[in-house]
Amino acid sequence: MILLDRDSKVIVQGITGREGGFHAERMKEMGTALVGGVSPGKGGGEAVGVPLFNTVAEAVIATGANATGIFVPPPFAADAIMEAADAGIELIVCITEGIPIQDMIRVKAYLKSFPKARLLGPNCPGLITPGVGKIGIIPAQISSAGQVGLVSRSGTLTYEAMSALTRAGKGQSSVVGIGGDPVLGLSFSDVVALFEADPDTSHLVLIGEIGGSDEEHAAEMLKDTRLKVVAFISGRTAPEGKRMGHAGAIVSGNRGTAKSKVEAFEAVGIPVAETTDQLVDLLG
Amino acid sequence: MKLLEYQAKEVLASFGIAIPPGKVARTPEEAAQACREIGPVAVKAQVPVGGRGKAGGIKLAKTPEEAAAAAGQIIGMDIKGFKVPLVYCEGALDIAQEIYLGFTVDRDNRANILMLSSRGGMDIEAVAEEAPESIARLYPDPWMGPLDFELRRLVFEAGLGAHAAALTKVIKQLYRAIPEQDAITAEINPLVVTGDGRIVAGDAKLETDENAAFRHKDLEQRYAEVLEGDPYEVEAKKRGLTYVALDGEIGVIANGAGLSMGTLDLVQRAGGRAANFCDIGGGAKAEVVQNALEVILMNPGVKGVLINVFGGITRADEVARGVVEARRNLNMKLPLVVRLSGTNETEGKQILRDNDIEPGDNGWEAAQKIVGMTR
Repeated sequence: MILLDRDSKVIVQGITGREGGFHAERMKEMGTALVGGVSPGKGGGEAVGVPLFNTVAEAVIATGANATGIFVPPPFAADAIMEAADAGIELIVCITEGIPIQDMIRVKAYLKSFPKARLLGPNCPGLITPGVGKIGIIPAQISSAGQVGLVSRSGTLTYEAMSALTRAGKGQSSVVGIGGDPVLGLSFSDVVALFEADPDTSHLVLIGEIGGSDEEHAAEMLKDTRLKVVAFISGRTAPEGKRMGHAGAIVSGNRGTAKSKVEAFEAVGIPVAETTDQLVDLLG
Repeated sequence: MKLLEYQAKEVLASFGIAIPPGKVARTPEEAAQACREIGPVAVKAQVPVGGRGKAGGIKLAKTPEEAAAAAGQIIGMDIKGFKVPLVYCEGALDIAQEIYLGFTVDRDNRANILMLSSRGGMDIEAVAEEAPESIARLYPDPWMGPLDFELRRLVFEAGLGAHAAALTKVIKQLYRAIPEQDAITAEINPLVVTGDGRIVAGDAKLETDENAAFRHKDLEQRYAEVLEGDPYEVEAKKRGLTYVALDGEIGVIANGAGLSMGTLDLVQRAGGRAANFCDIGGGAKAEVVQNALEVILMNPGVKGVLINVFGGITRADEVARGVVEARRNLNMKLPLVVRLSGTNETEGKQILRDNDIEPGDNGWEAAQKIVGMTR
């Protein structure tokens, strides 16, 4: 398992919102060590059966939290990420979709002063370590514990692949959605390196999409991997210059094409599936 | 939002950057009038895509009559799917040198990148391939903006030291587009050095971040209505749908951007072509499904529709009931294949079958079915 393990103590920023509350409940249900929530002005109260705090710093002092899930609206999300880093949180998972790109560029620069803080997202489904817990919105009932690592840029495709794996009896060590925005926290390569170093992971599924060159970098890293790896790329038929839903999913010129990503994987001997069901077959 | 050239130039001018004299014209008569005021002009189609020159969207006019004729030809022309709503008539420049200057988001470095090159007038990607050493690059700190010494270094590195003071000033002015307008691309190409040594923006490209639209209502109000893109995209946007027009015959609805894109791939793999990308997001609520179906059915090119919903915690029977209701309300007769998964999947499929809608077991099977039914 990576990132979220048995030592993780989790808070939710925006726990009194509709989404935050709903998903905090689901997180708790599957056994995540949820220790508190943050909602400015509501400190001292309680939500989802855990204490509320006005600031992340207060929550960290009172509960020893080291991980957070952020569900606050886009105009305030960048600030929430920086608040978490400043309070010493080491795993920051930002689910919020629609954060301005320039806000995220400033956040990335700010985070350089906090080398221990790892940001996952934004605009991501979060992560799940079956049997241990989850931060975010990945449905726990389609997961099962095992040795397959999964890293993905898309939410629903992650679920497709997870449920196909679970149906085929292939459990997961951790499932990580890095998000669909152009400016992200952890990249494919970062997460691949974590799985590579994880003794509980023997197989790896990568789900990429058009745009950027994170997939190409990850492929390069996996040249001499000990893991059995398969990949999938969505957006093979997307036309140039059109943003396909995700702000990051856009082909411009020769950059970010599905072809270049498929070729990068194949060049290092990683088979690329054409459907999510095929992923499971290729995994062997 | 991609601004048109004249809009981008208005924004640059508001930052203090010099632009050539120019006027917007919506009719040939207005173009003639612009030429009478300015003198010889270039009559330029205003569309948010590149390559308009090659498409015949730029014509030179020496007299008001020529300007009127050029405007008559260009207005209403279709350039890469955009109907030209108006032209910009701009005075000619006495060009001594052309420079490239631009900011954009460098995804790999998760930062803004500033590029400056003495090889202006060309596509920067072509310059990067042909003479990469001619492009000087800088990653300004996003909290402080570019510093004076960084800009001086950049200008000398690009071999443009002769204009160091003037260029440093223009770069700082252009940078304002990032903090003030949430620009994700701000480019002046060419940035012209005139015969008498002035620095003027020959062209301008400005794209702002749609995620930041909530803090730039002014820009949207001023400029948004000018654009006439794909009519279905316009309609979908009004209804708050994430929709991209494509040119095939199978309407596609799915939840999540990745799955939606993946579904287009499946349709093509099955031998069909998708008419659109449409992501209805997480919950797959009945009214959202109906809204999406309505827009898709407006397109007479659509011969069948594929809905691909991965439920997770969404209840498949509720989605099925929503689809049945939407189909009835819209009196839809075209073939429809629905792939549903999630809680209560079996009930969901039964509801579809009871209403003569073909269920699909997975996305791939559903794509093959709809392609077969629309042949």
